[in-house]
Amino acid sequence: MKLFIIFVSGMLVNNYVLSKFLGICSFLGVSKKKDAAVGMGLAVTFVMIIASIGAFAVHKFILKPLDLEYLNTIAFILVIAALVQFVEMVIKKYSPGLYKALGIYLPLITTNCAVLGMTMLNIQESYSFIESIVNAIASALGYMLAIVLMSFIRQNIDNNENIPETLRGLPITLFTAGLMSIAFLGFQGLIR
Amino acid sequence: MVDYINILYAVLSLGILGLVLGTLLGFASDKFKVQVDERIPKVREVLPGANCGGCGYAGCEAYATAVVEEGAPLTACVVGGAACAAKIAEIMGAEVKVEATDKKVAKKVAFVKCSGDCDSRKVKADLQGVTSCKEAAALENRQGCSYGCLGCGDCVKVCKFGAISLVNGIAVVDEEKCVNCGACVRSCPQKLIESVPKDNRYRVACNSKDMGKTVRENCSKGCIGCRMCERNCPVQAISVNDNLALVDYTKCTNCGTCASKCPVKVITGREAI
Repeated sequence: MKLFIIFVSGMLVNNYVLSKFLGICSFLGVSKKKDAAVGMGLAVTFVMIIASIGAFAVHKFILKPLDLEYLNTIAFILVIAALVQFVEMVIKKYSPGLYKALGIYLPLITTNCAVLGMTMLNIQESYSFIESIVNAIASALGYMLAIVLMSFIRQNIDNNENIPETLRGLPITLFTAGLMSIAFLGFQGLIR
Repeated sequence: MVDYINILYAVLSLGILGLVLGTLLGFASDKFKVQVDERIPKVREVLPGANCGGCGYAGCEAYATAVVEEGAPLTACVVGGAACAAKIAEIMGAEVKVEATDKKVAKKVAFVKCSGDCDSRKVKADLQGVTSCKEAAALENRQGCSYGCLGCGDCVKVCKFGAISLVNGIAVVDEEKCVNCGACVRSCPQKLIESVPKDNRYRVACNSKDMGKTVRENCSKGCIGCRMCERNCPVQAISVNDNLALVDYTKCTNCGTCASKCPVKVITGREAI
């Protein structure tokens, strides 16, 4: 039951993009086209899962025994960056097709604050190993949900003649993001 | 009392973590090395490396990859021109006929189709302190010529070669520095900048399709559509449509008749280069 609560909480109630405002850069940058949005969502899912494992290990076996938990942020960034680089190499070697699809998004994720925020939250809530992974999957799916929804909306609002010229492009996108965020507030009632 | 041990632990643990990860990545990059076509870095080497995007690809790297792997045209680099195309052809082992190359990459430069500087523009647009042309173009109820240069310098900002500057409130292209990458053409919200052959010295420096009377009210150096140039051109290279003269650069012989006949001096003869 706890796992289910973590899942719903990570994906909907505490959606990283729309409730915690993390990962906004890529959310606005890569949501122009549906295909790119799905690719970015998959890449984030992948990185979040391995990053949660890596960060969990670093925290449990290095930082906690040495009483160095104040170094969480810097150590996790190190781990995430190294993991993303490694994953990039492996994908480049074994799956050029996937590399071509994800290639440009992988470096973007290295410094994506949603990934770092998720690992930090895992530590803050002192989640177990399994709970950390569930939280990673849930937050990644939440991110994907937000960015894919946004790309659907943007396909309709970009170049829409009914929008005043001054508001076209990024301004109306920011309004949209705000409205989506308000809509996601509705999920707050799901969990006490 | 400072706790030196703890500081040491912190430094050591992060240092070792970084070292281990770095070493692993080093090994991994060796193990997972992908064989890339060795011609790609070679092609990349002969390209100018400005990443201007004038060829239609994301940058020099992307163009080099496209040439080697997808058989992209060898002459697409507008900055390097014929010399660059010849070098690429050498690497690719393909013959590029010099004539064909010359024609395809005939030297072009960007040209700003407006003469409305601070002196000639009679009604000045109140730009209300905006700093980019894109914003200025979106303002409603702008006064003055609605076709001309807004003078906020969006093109100056995007030019990676320092070839455009604002002179007396209007953008001016330095044709010696211009490499025709097209960045300014895309940046201009007024669609004022055009790629023209560098050798064609007589060009119409106005883009206004207003009636002659309106043009005169707004600017002393605007095309009024009087057709003097059209009537006097010996080779019919110039025509007036929508109150605006247009030079057909393939026909123009650089004789200069139009410039001498133009009553508002909007057809300008550039310095021969």
